[in-house]
Amino acid sequence: MATIDAAPPVPRRRSVWSTVLRNPSVLFGGSIALFMLIIAILAPVLGTRDPAEINPSARNQKPGYTAMVRDDEGKRIQVKYHLGTDSLGRDIYSRVIYGARVSLIVGITVAIIAVFIGLIIGMIAGYVRWLDGIIMRFMDGLMAIPEILLAIALVSLSRAGLPAVVIAIVIPQIPRVVRLVRSVVLSIREEPYVESAITVGTPTPTLLFRHVLPNTTAPLIVQGTFICASAILVEAILSFLGIGIPPEVPTWGNIMAEGRTYFRILPHNILYPGIALALAVLAINMLGDGLRDTLDPRFAKRF
Amino acid sequence: MQEVLTGATEPVLSVRNLTVRLPGGADRENAIQDISFDIGPREIVCIVGESGSGKSVTAQAVMGLLPKRDLVVTGGETRLQGEDTTKATIRRLRELRGTRMGMIFQEPMTALNPVQRVGQQIAEVLEIHTDLPAAEQRKRVLEIMRAVQLPDPDLMIDAYPHQLSGGQRQRIMIAAALILDPALLIADEPTTALDVTTQAQILRLIKEMQSRRNTGVMFITHDFGVVSEIADRVVVMQRGRVVEQGTRDEVLRRPREAYTKMLVAAVPSLVPPKRAPVEGKVALEAKHLSKVYGKRTFFNRKARIVKAAQDVNFQIRKGETLGIVGESGSGKTTVARCVARLIEPSDGEILIETVNVAHLPERDLRPYRRDIQIVFQDPYRSLNPRRTVGQSIVEGPINFGMTYEKAQEKARELMGLVGLSPDALDRYPHQFSGGQRQRICIARALAMGPTLLIADEAVSALDVSVQAQVLELLDNIRKQFDLAVLFITHDLRVAAQICDRIAVMKNGVVVEHGTTAEVFRNPQHEYTKALFDAAPGRDFGVQQSVA
Repeated sequence: MATIDAAPPVPRRRSVWSTVLRNPSVLFGGSIALFMLIIAILAPVLGTRDPAEINPSARNQKPGYTAMVRDDEGKRIQVKYHLGTDSLGRDIYSRVIYGARVSLIVGITVAIIAVFIGLIIGMIAGYVRWLDGIIMRFMDGLMAIPEILLAIALVSLSRAGLPAVVIAIVIPQIPRVVRLVRSVVLSIREEPYVESAITVGTPTPTLLFRHVLPNTTAPLIVQGTFICASAILVEAILSFLGIGIPPEVPTWGNIMAEGRTYFRILPHNILYPGIALALAVLAINMLGDGLRDTLDPRFAKRF
Repeated sequence: MQEVLTGATEPVLSVRNLTVRLPGGADRENAIQDISFDIGPREIVCIVGESGSGKSVTAQAVMGLLPKRDLVVTGGETRLQGEDTTKATIRRLRELRGTRMGMIFQEPMTALNPVQRVGQQIAEVLEIHTDLPAAEQRKRVLEIMRAVQLPDPDLMIDAYPHQLSGGQRQRIMIAAALILDPALLIADEPTTALDVTTQAQILRLIKEMQSRRNTGVMFITHDFGVVSEIADRVVVMQRGRVVEQGTRDEVLRRPREAYTKMLVAAVPSLVPPKRAPVEGKVALEAKHLSKVYGKRTFFNRKARIVKAAQDVNFQIRKGETLGIVGESGSGKTTVARCVARLIEPSDGEILIETVNVAHLPERDLRPYRRDIQIVFQDPYRSLNPRRTVGQSIVEGPINFGMTYEKAQEKARELMGLVGLSPDALDRYPHQFSGGQRQRICIARALAMGPTLLIADEAVSALDVSVQAQVLELLDNIRKQFDLAVLFITHDLRVAAQICDRIAVMKNGVVVEHGTTAEVFRNPQHEYTKALFDAAPGRDFGVQQSVA
């Protein structure tokens, strides 16, 4: 038989990442998030004081207050409190900067762990028919409990601390990931190319990882960013309620909780960590929105 | 420019030198280029061509429905009763649609609003273009519903689209398009999604309605059977240009252009060729195969039970092609999926030599997976878009322990066998056309060294010329590898040409089973007879094979 030439080489689609980086909300949200990340990493350089250092003589001072303190060698130096101090005389500026660390660590680890666990459970639920009902009813049950209530209950089960908080925030997030992954798996497993792979004898784990898993990447990246933003918020709420990370650790929620009593006279205690929190959540949500617009075909602009 | 044939009277639609530009980066500059034709009153003009020939763009240009910015009319005009619709304002176009031109589409489910009663959707046309009172509107709607022969219009007027069958939905679409007696009806593949028996009814209806109402019809189709059934004149398009136009008999029986000749020749004939009976070993046998969907469970005691396949029996010998034909919902695909063990049959046996694989668990089934391979209908979804075609072809052999180098070598050999360049192995599926992908799927199936190849509507999504090539390929590999082929199709023409024996299915039951020649010459069952009667353009195929 005559050889038919392969199709004329179709110009390769522009790489996904170059279209993603063209999206304005990805650019804007991404750069703010990156900026926050840099601040968090460089906290020891940027911070002017040790965030835990208590200065009884400089309590409840307004932003811009300057004081003379002794440094490590006992020399007297002048210190400027850029964003004022709290009721124990701790530097708000340094505490907000160090607070970014906790928030971002919580946000990112929660997103990664929730996506990872949700992915595995979701693939099982989507592929193993008889487990589907059991898993999904359990997930429905988890989702029926308000996220924060569940987190509070989980934190109260163990000693407060970063790991406990992360676990407490991860668990309520898992059902959302499971639902998403399961729906993708359910639609992909009907695709003829998956069925072809079954008929050529591909073992189930290979089938899942090779043919099904790649299809979940884009929606999971998007979902991951939203989880990250939501985790930062929940962590702040837990800290603010005094059941999250111990109060001496600088987190945005802890700073706000600390400043709550004098909020009327000294609003800076709540204002600055509040701004940082709002900005972080906004930036990450915008990043997620932009990613969804570019990665999720359902929202893609038509040619 | 092509010579333009005009009807005796003033044409309803007159398209002159129409050119529509494609956006940059497409495979050609213009979607349609310099096309001209006329449609007279009471005339059905079929526009035929393969996918991408610009048929639908032509219709959209006339309706003023071209997607803005992407497709722009750069030249020519489309005169609807003297008025150029390419230059009309949006407001004027809206007035013209419905009153002077109506349109029906391929997919009657998506063209209707699922949450609105069908009567209301027909009445909407009246609401927009007339100021008839509600009672009068209802009367007119009932009238037109009666005219399109919908059963019990008084009840059906308040039904929702999902309560109607595909054919009934298409009748609703036709009613809505014709209620204001437009001069021109544009029908874009209106019967492609319908079963052959329904298609025959809808074609008859369109013909009847247009001759009674003096409507000019622009009928877009890829199916030459339909053309020979319905057309007065035919316009053949290829890659955006008009290749040939003329009366039906001129184009179908005495085509002048090479392209038209090729298209007409590629249409499979309804007369089966002589075939010697196949005497090979039995490759696979199905005994009392049944599949029932829906199970009464503790929570759902009244679950609906669907008997998708009931007591299906057949044998396929090596080197033999068994066709299963039937309309949608007949259970033919269910049988294929049971045989390929993509689903487990509820009952019955599937024997490969002496082993019953019908109920084997996946682990024990694995060695038999090699024996049965399947090629699916949709060439765009049959290959993983993220993997090169080479990776797709070698996946199976490697699963069964072949080394990568050997599998790769075999893949190169198979690519040559299916008529593709072996160097294309490291390309991705989107770089191939539909027919080429179907060849790749065949290569993937062959890489396993199967004894039975299932082709589940494997050529249904392909253009007629490509279809002919893929059918030829299937026939060649059957001979070369002494393959048993289970060929699932709804297309009687294709079945006539490729199958040794045919099983006709309806509602999950095989109603007739025999050699192809016998079934076509002397169908026994009522349903088979109805199916053959409904096949569009029956005389077309016969004449052609006699000539």
